Amino acid sequence: MEKKSGFRNVAVGSTLCWITLFVVIPYLIVVAYSFLTPDPSGTVSWIFTLDSYREIFSPVFLIVCKNSFALALSTTVLTLLAAYPFAFFLTRISESIRRTLILIMIIPFWTSSLIRTYALIILLKANGIVNTFLLSLGWIDEPLNLLYTQLAVFTGLVYTLLPFMILPLYASLQKLDTRLIEAARDLGATSPRIFFHIILPLTLPGIIAGSTMVFLPALGLFYIPDLLGGARSMLIGNFIKDQFLVAGNWPLGSSASVILTLLMFLLIAWYFLSSRKINQGDMREVI
Amino acid sequence: MEKDPIVRLRRVTKRFDDVVAVDSLDLDIYQGEFLTLLGPSGCGKTTVLRLIAGFESPDKGDIVMNGTSLIGTAPNKRNVNTVFQSYALFPHMSIFDNIAFGLKMKRFEKSVITEKVTEALSIVKLGGLEMRKPHQLSGGQQQRVAMARAIVNKPQVLLLDEPLSALDYRLRQEMELELKRIHRKLGITFVFVTHDQEEAISMSDRIAVMNEGRIEQIGTPSQIYEEPQNMFVAKFVGEINVFEGRIVEIHNGSAVVDIHGRHFKVQNRKDFANGRAVKVLLRPEDIMVTKDEELQGTAPALAGKIEEVIYKGKTVDLIISLDAGETVFVTQFFNEDQEDVVYRHGHRIHINWPYGWEVVL
Repeated sequence: MEKKSGFRNVAVGSTLCWITLFVVIPYLIVVAYSFLTPDPSGTVSWIFTLDSYREIFSPVFLIVCKNSFALALSTTVLTLLAAYPFAFFLTRISESIRRTLILIMIIPFWTSSLIRTYALIILLKANGIVNTFLLSLGWIDEPLNLLYTQLAVFTGLVYTLLPFMILPLYASLQKLDTRLIEAARDLGATSPRIFFHIILPLTLPGIIAGSTMVFLPALGLFYIPDLLGGARSMLIGNFIKDQFLVAGNWPLGSSASVILTLLMFLLIAWYFLSSRKINQGDMREVI
Repeated sequence: MEKDPIVRLRRVTKRFDDVVAVDSLDLDIYQGEFLTLLGPSGCGKTTVLRLIAGFESPDKGDIVMNGTSLIGTAPNKRNVNTVFQSYALFPHMSIFDNIAFGLKMKRFEKSVITEKVTEALSIVKLGGLEMRKPHQLSGGQQQRVAMARAIVNKPQVLLLDEPLSALDYRLRQEMELELKRIHRKLGITFVFVTHDQEEAISMSDRIAVMNEGRIEQIGTPSQIYEEPQNMFVAKFVGEINVFEGRIVEIHNGSAVVDIHGRHFKVQNRKDFANGRAVKVLLRPEDIMVTKDEELQGTAPALAGKIEEVIYKGKTVDLIISLDAGETVFVTQFFNEDQEDVVYRHGHRIHINWPYGWEVVL
């Protein structure tokens, strides 16, 4: 027992140190900066002010917020629609094929998502692979305008975030007792009604978990809309990046970060509350 | 039972990969009866149930209900309902919604649904728990909800897949009586699957004993218990003692069997020929035990001594080792007139049985 608790102390302790050093302290710095005054030299001067927050709640930033939320929400919906059938299919196939498919899904993670986004550009650009292929088939006469469109942005976001949706959905579909489906069929339910009355409500924890894991990164992934959408509309992520790297207004960037974090925290809190309501205690397995 | 069968299985075969779960099985199920499919695990009894419910379709053969083939009819289109082994209650729905599910699928009006659900709940004696969730109920209550959810749809045939196996002994006995009562009250045909022979015998109108995808014997509980047609049925249903013997004389309807040099008169229902090796089967309660000093005359008997005396309250079980080497299990009822009959370990005794109580195979 002595040894075990010693190991536990080391394991927990080192993790705590890591989180304190690289998450808590930097974040406290961000919070502190958000209450300071921008300095022409590019950093901050130590004068307390709420100006940054006043600036944040300006119409410009609200539009940025609205755009970001709209993009993240539609990405989440698209990802959900793409992931659900696939996750369902995963639970219905033989173990060996399933393992192969999950591996194929995970392999792209071995490459940086920034590099994968550049790969998408190669696919989508005017003389890219997709256009070349369609032209050679004779389906189109001139290259389609794929890159720097809303479609390209969604393609990039959905592609990058799809696994985060599939895995929680798969976990909760896997847990679904097939006898419940049989029972529903036995009681006269048709397939669509089985889906809406039994499968959907019982996999809601997975849907919420997956949606959270897609929605939150989609809010912050600024480089995908940047690279694939050509910086048409400002998003929260770009806004924050610009404050630090372009405008040199660190307090404003910090306060935007704080607001974004608060919003995410509210979403996660909502997720935990709703999932507890749906399935007492079961959620911990899903995450 | 002279009526036409409500469900008829004709030479039904079902394979799972290389395993033949149901092997060219014929079965008639009659209106209103309580039929039990009894057998060890893996004998195909649950597959038969799933074939009738429509969760599996037969590789060969036909399943006919009310004169119409069910092949190709989806489970939700069949007028049968199932009580599942694990109950399979919908965890996200209240008890009311669980029971109302079938009626909602059939698009009954709200007021009708409420009325029928309330009635079903009163049949299974669960009134007042409508708004609970399944996980808030005990095993026995969940079992009753599963029953209510099925019977509320008034199916022609109710399929029960080992519904009592998850309950403890006392609750199981209580539910056995409940099931019989509900069966009588509703007049629905029950097809009940179990591996528990006591359950089967105490509840059924007819029992089909299954083994390796076939029906070994079908009949009333007393037929199955008293007149097993083969060794499988004899050994699966209840305790039984088996004596190896040989027929040495044939009379009109009876025969004489030689067991360890003793000659016993037995009934010869199967018309065995002289000289044939047979097995003589005797239930523990059919064997008579006589102390050596009381043995009178020349009545044939097998000698042995008492190895173990197990007091059971209503009965005394004796384990007897015969001089010929076999071990015999005997159940003795207390005889009020013979209170002095006390058996002890090591007593020398003889055993025999009344003519006709044996089964010869």
